[in-house]
Amino acid sequence: MTTPLTGWARTAPTPATVVRPRTAEALAALVAKASGRGVVARGLGRSYGDAAQNAGGLVLDCTRLRHWTFDERSGLVTAGGGASLHDLMATLVPRGWFVPVSPGTRYVTVGGAIAADVHGKNHHRDSSFGAHVRSLTLVTPAGARVLAPPDPLFWATVGGMGLTGVIAEATFSCVPVETSRMRVDIERTADLDDTLDVMTRTDDRYRYTVAWIDLLARGARTGRGVLTRGDHARRGELPGHGDPLAYAPATRLAAPPWAPGGLLNPLTVRAFNEVWYRRAPRERRGLMQGIAPFFHPLDGVRGWNRMYGPRGFVQYQFAVPFGAEPTLRRIVATLSARGVVSFLTVLKRFGPGTPAPLSFPIPGWTLALDIPTGQSGLAALLRGFDEQVAEAGGRVYLAKDSRLHATTLAAMYPRLDEWRELRAAADPGGVFRSDLARRLDL
Amino acid sequence: MKNALGSVDTVLVLGGRSEIGLAVAERLVRDGARKVVLAARAPLGEPPALRGAEVHLIDFDATRPDGHGEVIEEAVKLAGDLDVIVAAFGVLGDQAAYDRDPASAAASIAVNLGGHVSTGLYAARRLREQGHGTLVVLSSVAGVRVRRGNMVYGAAKAGLDGFARALGDSLHGTGAQVMVVRPGFVHGRMTAGMPAAPFATTPAAVADAVATALRDGTHIVWVPGILRYAFTLLRHLPRPLWRRIPR
Ligand SMILES: Cc1cc2nc3c(=O)[nH]c(=O)nc-3n(C[C@H](O)[C@H](O)[C@H](O)COP(=O)(O)OP(=O)(O)OC[C@H]3O[C@@H](n4cnc5c(N)ncnc54)[C@H](O)[C@@H]3O)c2cc1C
Repeated sequence: MTTPLTGWARTAPTPATVVRPRTAEALAALVAKASGRGVVARGLGRSYGDAAQNAGGLVLDCTRLRHWTFDERSGLVTAGGGASLHDLMATLVPRGWFVPVSPGTRYVTVGGAIAADVHGKNHHRDSSFGAHVRSLTLVTPAGARVLAPPDPLFWATVGGMGLTGVIAEATFSCVPVETSRMRVDIERTADLDDTLDVMTRTDDRYRYTVAWIDLLARGARTGRGVLTRGDHARRGELPGHGDPLAYAPATRLAAPPWAPGGLLNPLTVRAFNEVWYRRAPRERRGLMQGIAPFFHPLDGVRGWNRMYGPRGFVQYQFAVPFGAEPTLRRIVATLSARGVVSFLTVLKRFGPGTPAPLSFPIPGWTLALDIPTGQSGLAALLRGFDEQVAEAGGRVYLAKDSRLHATTLAAMYPRLDEWRELRAAADPGGVFRSDLARRLDL
Repeated sequence: MKNALGSVDTVLVLGGRSEIGLAVAERLVRDGARKVVLAARAPLGEPPALRGAEVHLIDFDATRPDGHGEVIEEAVKLAGDLDVIVAAFGVLGDQAAYDRDPASAAASIAVNLGGHVSTGLYAARRLREQGHGTLVVLSSVAGVRVRRGNMVYGAAKAGLDGFARALGDSLHGTGAQVMVVRPGFVHGRMTAGMPAAPFATTPAAVADAVATALRDGTHIVWVPGILRYAFTLLRHLPRPLWRRIPR
């Protein structure tokens, strides 16, 4: 029995045999038996493209490997590769701890967070998820191995998109928090230069920062945005009553079942963006917000990805190093001038990366946007961006990608060959395969 | 792999000399394909330059079905998973010549229908295993309603069209697909010197239509699109009138 699978953006479905092992032993047995079309791990399917798909082969859904333990003294979590950050937070936050890095959704697994070396709003201060991992258990056809830095295979697994093996378990450090609230400053910026300038000068004052960019603004206002920056609130900053660590992420609204496919179309997306910018205060300081609305606003609407309609959408996220601001400017200006509509366009300043050869973040700027697939000329436009990004020493994020070409990938990740060698040594038979790997000749 | 915007990595053209087959390959390479295998009867000579793509030539004889399985296998060895297989081979022939030599008519059916049935079944087996990929079958409007002036070619295309659609049905749910392409009169070597029919088209236009259909997941493609409506009418034309259509 095969099941058709897609990533979060619901493009390019392919069928695979999906198995959900309950134990690391069962998982190892499945990996050892894998044949022909190979095998790849899948977490909660929050990568946008084809990373957790394996056409005609085996996909190991790891979400039953969700056991975990926490050592309060060391602040270390040891969790199964399929444990979700959502589940971890529900227990950790009330005890005064937080995950070291959270992406824009908490519905990701520990395995997925390591395999994509995910980043959050704190990247400029705390780097990506891999930087906080102390050790991991990797299942390969030769059996299970415990890996820790600076083992090169550890770093090939971080950001390795599941292609070095299956992460059965990992130990990583958490951060102590005094409350479950965020103290947030919001301000609007006038244009892209202003956005970059404010972030460069003052990002380091905050643990978490991000900018939403208004792609509808043209001319002198191109690249204007809304900066949202914050820190975990201290106990003394909360009004006296109630449990400072109370944490109950809002029960999720489902996108209404009657919501027509294609609800998110160029017209509605435009309207949304206009409202979003206008709604933001010119400046607001010291706003108290819960963890969920601050980190995971999209998790509030279950299945929002379906609103793009049956043909899905494309998420494009690239990073360019500091000094390549002209490339960033040119791309933002092109998007605005061409009237490309994107539901959410987000700019973030990256700090230092990890030693992982395929990890996405590099010190510099990252821009992410999502675009309905129907827009004409989209393929050529994005390929043009790929070239500019590669030329500027930048890259595209594989966890979001669904349309990059193999030749451009090699230009973007200069340590690709080093990674390939490590992977070939760990998996000489080429058992671990995914649609992404085939598409990008990984 | 076909990506989210419909571009592919690998292409096998069965009938590596076919102008339409080459135009499709050229077009898919322009959209990002990086490996092309051209299968044709030897000697094929120098491979055509396809803008930076890796091009391989392999031996293929449409009239020798016992070798068709190996052709697919060899292509897989050279290119990996086959994202698109274009079945573009065929002979047009001339009805007057078939009338004079009926045995040659049977031989043309062996290519235009028999060859497609065996390659189609082998291709489908591979695509089913892969769990993805599209077999693009070059049918023709000539098979939609067969004319007396073109009955041998038309009959082969009618058979092929039906076969290909049913093959597509048999692949439903496997991730693999069949696309049936029905061009009208296509200007080119095969039709040189013949008077063009209304709504004549070109190999490049057929290639564009195939690329668009790959992106959109369309399974039946008329080129040009208007022929779909023209043939809705022609299919119902009373027989005494249909009979009088000259060619
Ligand atoms: C709304 C939204 C917001 C997002 N925001 C961000 C963000 O801010 N920053 C960011 O970095 N990313 C972000 N992402 C992307 C997401 O964090 C990554 O794609 C993450 O990898 C998804 O985890 P998952 O468990 O769903 O993995 P999947 O999508 O199922 O798999 C992703 C990759 O991880 C591999 N993998 C999964 N489990 C294992 C395992 N146990 N062992 C080995 N490999 C494994 C898979 O093979 C695949 O290659 C966002 C995604 C969404 C939908």
